[in-house]
Amino acid sequence: MSLGPYASFIVTSYAAAAVVVAILIGWIVLDYRNQTQRLRELEERGITRRSGRSAMDAS
Amino acid sequence: MTLIDLANPTRFLALTARVLPWLAAATVLLLAIGLYQAALAPDDYQQGATVKIMFIHVPNAWLSMFVWGVMSIASLGTLVWRHPLADVAAKAAAPIGAAFTFLALLTGSLWGRPMWGTYWEWDARLTSVLILFLMYLGLMALWRAVDDPSRAARAAAVLTLVGALNLPIIKFSVDWWNTLHQPASVMRMGGSALDKSFLIPLLVMAIAFTLLFVTLHLAAMRNEILRRRVRSLQMMQASRVAFSSEIGPGARGQNASNEVGAA
Repeated sequence: MSLGPYASFIVTSYAAAAVVVAILIGWIVLDYRNQTQRLRELEERGITRRSGRSAMDAS
Repeated sequence: MTLIDLANPTRFLALTARVLPWLAAATVLLLAIGLYQAALAPDDYQQGATVKIMFIHVPNAWLSMFVWGVMSIASLGTLVWRHPLADVAAKAAAPIGAAFTFLALLTGSLWGRPMWGTYWEWDARLTSVLILFLMYLGLMALWRAVDDPSRAARAAAVLTLVGALNLPIIKFSVDWWNTLHQPASVMRMGGSALDKSFLIPLLVMAIAFTLLFVTLHLAAMRNEILRRRVRSLQMMQASRVAFSSEIGPGARGQNASNEVGAA
């Protein structure tokens, strides 16, 4: 596959898309870990929801 | 499970836990197929290999408008139906939409330099998409500026619906004004102007990016629900401390409740 004289523009476009999508995924994964960690710390201190269920409970 | 059931954040979390792995797998599979087809697509007789930028630029450009459309429907959910997850959906979508819009602008610029001889031109299509990007950033700033999510939600919903007026301007800018950007070649009266060898990889990539958005959006909504639960518990903790100091150290812990609402 030859990308011709403008290969740098094509490769940069795909690389930029990959980097931005990777940043989005990384941000969402780290945010999830951060929130679950904070909820766990609060529950360990005895702060619970009115329902009595864990704040991380999804069932 | 009905739409009403999904109004319950706990049920929504259960749903996302079940569907997110499948959505992620489908996204990866479709992206792999789309990238493979894009790599094998022939060169354009005029543009040469730079036509491959289209397979990444067009899906991002479509999504930049689609995400704002999703946020507009969610804003109606906030203002009209007061759906409990509507503002969660709107807030979670904004950074993802901003990222897709940024990519549409960047890849369009990188496509424009070899084809038009310039990275940027202040024509109607490019300028209206830049305005869309700035509106995404403005919305994100608004969400951060107001501490109480329910107060921020109303202001953000109004701003989102006003901003939706920009969507038809973006779509029809190439017809209404004489622009450097080409007119619509896929979704137009009389069918697509693209050859199948370009159209099929483009549609696969568009579906793959749409699935990517749905996956990221559901995951970001889950994070936002958890963030609000953290906030509720922290407020409960703060009120316990204040209550304990009011009634004095002797009574500390006797009457204070450990319970908060099911956010």
